[in-house]
Amino acid sequence: MEGLDGLVALLVAMIRAATPLTLAAVGELVAEKSGVLNLGVEGMMLVGAVAAFATAVATGSLALALLVALLAGMTMALIFGTLTLGLMSNQVATGLALTIVGVGLSAFIGKDFIGIPISGLGPVHIPGLFELPLVGPVLFAQDPLVYASLALTAAVSWVLYRTRAGLVIRAIGENHDAAHALGYPVLVIRLLCVLFGGAMAGLGGAYLSLAYTPMWVESMTAGRGWIALALVVFATWKPGRVLLGAYLFGGVTIVQLHAQGAGLAVSSHILSMLPYLATIVVLVLISRDRARIRLNAPSCIGKPFKAVR
Amino acid sequence: MWPRLEARPERSRVMVYLTPLVAAGLTMLAGLILFAALGQDPVRALWAFFVAPLTTAFGWAELVVKATPLVLCALGLAVGFRGNVWNIGAEGQLILGAIFAGGLALWAGEASVPWLLPAMVVAGILGGMAWAAIPALLRTRFNANEILVSLMLTYVAELLLGYLVHGPWRDPGGFNFPESALFGPSALLPALVEGTRLHAGALFALAAVAAVWVLLMRAFIGFQVTVIGLAPRAGGYAGFSQTRVIWLGLMCGGGLAGLAGMVEVAGPIGQLHPQISPGYGFTAIIVAFLGRLHPVGILLAGLFMALTYLGGDTLQIELGLPRAVTGVFQGLTLFFLLASDVLIHHRIRFGRRVNPARGGA
Repeated sequence: MEGLDGLVALLVAMIRAATPLTLAAVGELVAEKSGVLNLGVEGMMLVGAVAAFATAVATGSLALALLVALLAGMTMALIFGTLTLGLMSNQVATGLALTIVGVGLSAFIGKDFIGIPISGLGPVHIPGLFELPLVGPVLFAQDPLVYASLALTAAVSWVLYRTRAGLVIRAIGENHDAAHALGYPVLVIRLLCVLFGGAMAGLGGAYLSLAYTPMWVESMTAGRGWIALALVVFATWKPGRVLLGAYLFGGVTIVQLHAQGAGLAVSSHILSMLPYLATIVVLVLISRDRARIRLNAPSCIGKPFKAVR
Repeated sequence: MWPRLEARPERSRVMVYLTPLVAAGLTMLAGLILFAALGQDPVRALWAFFVAPLTTAFGWAELVVKATPLVLCALGLAVGFRGNVWNIGAEGQLILGAIFAGGLALWAGEASVPWLLPAMVVAGILGGMAWAAIPALLRTRFNANEILVSLMLTYVAELLLGYLVHGPWRDPGGFNFPESALFGPSALLPALVEGTRLHAGALFALAAVAAVWVLLMRAFIGFQVTVIGLAPRAGGYAGFSQTRVIWLGLMCGGGLAGLAGMVEVAGPIGQLHPQISPGYGFTAIIVAFLGRLHPVGILLAGLFMALTYLGGDTLQIELGLPRAVTGVFQGLTLFFLLASDVLIHHRIRFGRRVNPARGGA
């Protein structure tokens, strides 16, 4: 049973590593489906992470911490939405600005919280299912945010492809002029999608500072926001594939960490490059099929919308 | 009466030059509010941040030292940004330039090699170019997004530098600190003013301003970059090659960022260690936009952004505020710029529409 326990530990760790990516990427996917490219995911995650941690230290309530992270992510997204949707600023530049502000702001807020320990989000065993062999301990003995990430992915998939609201979101992402002509409030719906993306990125950040490594470290997201952006492309804008991609990356991260722990004769610096290099490789493999990208990418992504009349 | 935006018939030339100043002004205003919220005397704090660093000759020298890598990186980025090539990995390209140039300096050691500095300049540029060639190749051959690839490579570059100074290039006499040996005297840029850290790298930045100005404003390829950036289809019909523009943008970006890396390690730092850049490559993105993607504008914007680094240091020393204030100020500047840029194509009108197209909303 030694090998099985090892496998369970590996899979549990993989899912934990994948969860912040899943949350952030699913949120970004919704924003992109509505036609808005928000490159500020990294910044929103960082602000979410520091907001959650500060709240947890100040109040001791993890539920409140999650709520604050959600709101912090949305506040960042609101700035982005105001600039890109209200003032028609360049989405790429504004997204970059959001990340730069997020890095600075989170370091500024977090300076008093470095090195403070908290008791993070613990696992919740789901009665009945938890006793199943292999699947039980891997899937049903996780912390609440892991369950939330799975539920939210399913919910987003359902809303986007099985409801009227989802159809409207996709229509706006594909052709905002047509959607506007039909009477849909393009900018309002886009703003809501961007806010949803911000909330999810905030949660993803909170997962890092409350559950994955319960502490605050400057720039602790370490590029996960950018990997989440790459995951959306990898998934060709399909929520289910985001989950698959995130777990793949979680796997790479964990295998790399285990290799470091096992004292492999390769420098830890070199091994730590793996998730970033894997992102590039995956991006190349998906993007080389131009037709597939063109078919799946929302047509209006990144384009500003101004109602003519 | 709510103010509303009205499209201008053509873009306002005045606003193109005015909005960076508006952004700088709004940043200072936000600074007043931020410092007041932190319980500081806002005027004193703002003085310490924006003015105090420039009250000494030493301060001015430091300003130029900090502005040099920012201007170099931003000039290269501007060539790309004009053509819609979003290289945001200047930080990584800077690190590679530092590694290539630094490797040469470490190889030479204490020996006096007359051609060492020119060789390091070439090595730095090549290092940055090599790193930028990866996103260029992957974008042109495989359609892979250069934003994500160049950014991912920044993390890889940081780890590569970490690996080198923790491992093979660690100074044997350095008490196990993750640092290389100090460079020999012939690998260091000469000082321009004795007694300050002002070094010859600043001249590279000035030369680069002139070179990029010629490239963008006077060369045909610069015109092609602008056309492809504004209207890719029109560029295509005119027979301009997008592939060429992508390569040019990334090679300029990588080469100049690599040169910035060389300038940093051969100038103020004098060795390799894990933190050779406090995010110059990222701040350069702001510098490029604040300078309106114009070489001269970038020079001025680089000096302004350099001031935020000095201001952060002064605040930390005088008022005990964290240096992260610098990052907040830099980000705010870009936000304010992007927000006020709406005035280039629009004007604010108060009151009712004269000829309501669809009535009051």
